[in-house]
Amino acid sequence: MATKLAEVDAVLVGVGLVGTMLGRELTRAGLKVVGLERGRPQFTVPDFQGPQMHDELRYSVRKGLMQDNTKEAVTFRNRADQVALPIRRWESFLPGTGLGGAAVHWNGQTYRFQDSDFRMRSLTTERYGARFADPGLTIQDWGVTAADMEPHYDRFEYLLGVSGLAGNIGGKKIAGGNPFEDARRRGYPTPPMKEPYGSALFRKAAAQQGYHPFPQPSSNLSQPYTNPEGMQLSTCMFCGYCERYACEHYAKSSPQTILLPVLLKDPHFTLRTQAQVLRINLSKDKRQATGVTYVDAAGREFEQPAKLVVLGSFALNNVRMLLLSGIGTPYDPRSGQGTVGRNYAYQTMSSVQVFFDEKTNINPFMRSGACGTVIADFVGDNFDHGPHKFIGGAYVGEVMTNGRPIEFHPTPPGTPSWGGKWKSAVVRHYNHTSVLNVHGSSMAHRANYLDLDPTYKDAWGLPLLRMTFDFPANDLRMSAYVTGKAVEIGRAMGARQVNGAGRKGPYTVTQYQTTHNTGGTVMGADRSTSVVNCYLQSWDVSNLFVIGASNFPQNASYNPTDTVGALAYMAAEAIVQRYLKSPGPMVQA
Amino acid sequence: MTKISRRGFFKLAGGATAALTQAPALVAQAAPAPTPAAHSGAALFFNPDEMRWIEAATERLIPEDDNGPGARAAGVPVYIDRQLAGAWGAGERLYRSGPWQPGDASQGYQLPFTPAELFRNALRGAREELQGRKQGAFETLPGPRQDLYLESLQNGKQDLHGVPAHVFFESLLALTIEGYFSDPVYGGNKDMASWKMIGFPGAYASFYDLVDQHGVAYTRAPISMGDNGAGVIHLHPVSTQHSGKRGA
Repeated sequence: MATKLAEVDAVLVGVGLVGTMLGRELTRAGLKVVGLERGRPQFTVPDFQGPQMHDELRYSVRKGLMQDNTKEAVTFRNRADQVALPIRRWESFLPGTGLGGAAVHWNGQTYRFQDSDFRMRSLTTERYGARFADPGLTIQDWGVTAADMEPHYDRFEYLLGVSGLAGNIGGKKIAGGNPFEDARRRGYPTPPMKEPYGSALFRKAAAQQGYHPFPQPSSNLSQPYTNPEGMQLSTCMFCGYCERYACEHYAKSSPQTILLPVLLKDPHFTLRTQAQVLRINLSKDKRQATGVTYVDAAGREFEQPAKLVVLGSFALNNVRMLLLSGIGTPYDPRSGQGTVGRNYAYQTMSSVQVFFDEKTNINPFMRSGACGTVIADFVGDNFDHGPHKFIGGAYVGEVMTNGRPIEFHPTPPGTPSWGGKWKSAVVRHYNHTSVLNVHGSSMAHRANYLDLDPTYKDAWGLPLLRMTFDFPANDLRMSAYVTGKAVEIGRAMGARQVNGAGRKGPYTVTQYQTTHNTGGTVMGADRSTSVVNCYLQSWDVSNLFVIGASNFPQNASYNPTDTVGALAYMAAEAIVQRYLKSPGPMVQA
Repeated sequence: MTKISRRGFFKLAGGATAALTQAPALVAQAAPAPTPAAHSGAALFFNPDEMRWIEAATERLIPEDDNGPGARAAGVPVYIDRQLAGAWGAGERLYRSGPWQPGDASQGYQLPFTPAELFRNALRGAREELQGRKQGAFETLPGPRQDLYLESLQNGKQDLHGVPAHVFFESLLALTIEGYFSDPVYGGNKDMASWKMIGFPGAYASFYDLVDQHGVAYTRAPISMGDNGAGVIHLHPVSTQHSGKRGA
């Protein structure tokens, strides 16, 4: 029997990036807030310190900071006519756990989506006609524009202290920045990071080919920075242990370095870690959330009543929580009806290996999570898709993050996978190989979706989330095209040998691609194709806000975190300035 | 991409770094089989027969040569033994509930075995397979014949007490690479020999002053987590030289 606790003004499900930001905004507005985090409490000191943090086996290979599969997994299949089976170990994507969530182990690549991403359906139709996109694609507009998002991006980037070079300030183009970005009101808070060798070779080659290289916007900071919350960040040291790791240097923006300490000092805020939320509780008419039920580390069950519920966990877990709680209508791929779990999308990744001679010391271990140089010439709708039979695109960049040798020991095509020849090839190429990333968009498709698994359960006896996903043909064509361009750049970098090909299907969960799982609680202006309105308020339960990459109707070429943070600030502003004054639906369906 | 790791426990390489995995050619010269059982007395998990098999096999996967030590001298068998004896071998972070179905390759590992169970069953099966052929124990074969047998595992579907041969091979290769390149505190990579061999600096925490010295030859000796238990952060410039081979 659950112990019923005293009601609070708001409860946060998940205290990662979104939970921390919403906690700060809501307590600042005078609300009493409880934050429930399923994982452990963890802080830069003592939990993230070197040398123990520099352990490739523990953190990269054994996934030390990730969701424990023995407690919660996800089942997977490529097609709805298959039996989904549990992902017994994470490889393709890595949901984080613990205080700070996945924003502890991210790389810090911090891009704004473009207007052509937010208005994808209408702008694609306008430019190429209504019949250009493959008929199975369920792309749609977000219900917001880049101009609507700009103030929230700006505020979030100044919270993070992002290091970069603007390409478009108020409509004025700036040489060396991203010329394709929508107008921003001001430059980045800190200048770009130092450029590593491989990135410099890429910059030169890409510019020679007529492209527009720019420094990747990074939340590994180029210099000390104090953010508007008074938090002080330090300079990134290029240690080469960033993604899958936590930063020991206070140099990567994460909840612990940008905001959590401020929130934890607020007497209106209560943090409960190792609190596993089982469901969001509803009123009898299912129109209002009454709070949440959770289990603590010792297995004791509690009911936490609240006037407002903010669901800000990892994208996949946001979807699952709605399904477990019976909120909204689950998507049915046969009829196309229902919205929860609809428009699951991912990222379409490929890479190009660039093998140099032995005089070219790439020094791959002198890197950070988000250092590097990229081009946006093939992002989204920055190029004419008319001659091509696909929509979407990819950025291409030399954005290597590390030289950790269990994972990184490149050998050219044709090398045996073991034995003396393999060993010699590893020695020959380890320090003389650069890798280009082709980071591609992922279109929503009617066959790709999330629902509850009928068979497999978590440690609390609740159904696992079931993922049904394969790459839409559109995305494979996109990947083949842009990867071909990346190979050309690789050749122009002065390489001895270049190896790369576009992404091939079927999608497999056995190979790391990205942790950019999106969709399932899509935002939009039309409630028949979205789960939340443009303020991220549930259409069905008006005192529930769902925030995360689960709101993306489809996924863009760029990394998602900047957009998640901007959406969080947008929703927080709507809650504080409008919702609290007059609780109820902010958009009439 | 890598066919080798599709069904295994382990990832050998990420998308950016995948090594291609064609079967190796038979080594031309007849190499002598390694001396067996150098570490069997210290094993926590393997019995002496198993340890001799693992020592011989890992040495063929990463042999000693002019580049540097092989898997055995680097302590890889000790690493594997400790991994299988501990929490990871017992299924840490492995979703273990049934029902069990083989599934498609894209769905990843679906066997009910923990890593420890997988190795124990497969090693028993592999020994019986060679006994059945009356070829003598694996660890007593000449090197080129050991390679041929390892290839037969890598490309084989034979059932080793429930473990498909190729799954066992993938697991063995992945653990061998882990042991060879991980921090020496785990028992392999003795004296950081593999890091010296490729020029990986190990657990240093800063290259801020070097990252924009493009192409610099990094010559400082690596460090292990075990060298630096106090957690000192290296913020000062290190000495470098711009020519010559990297030093040890």
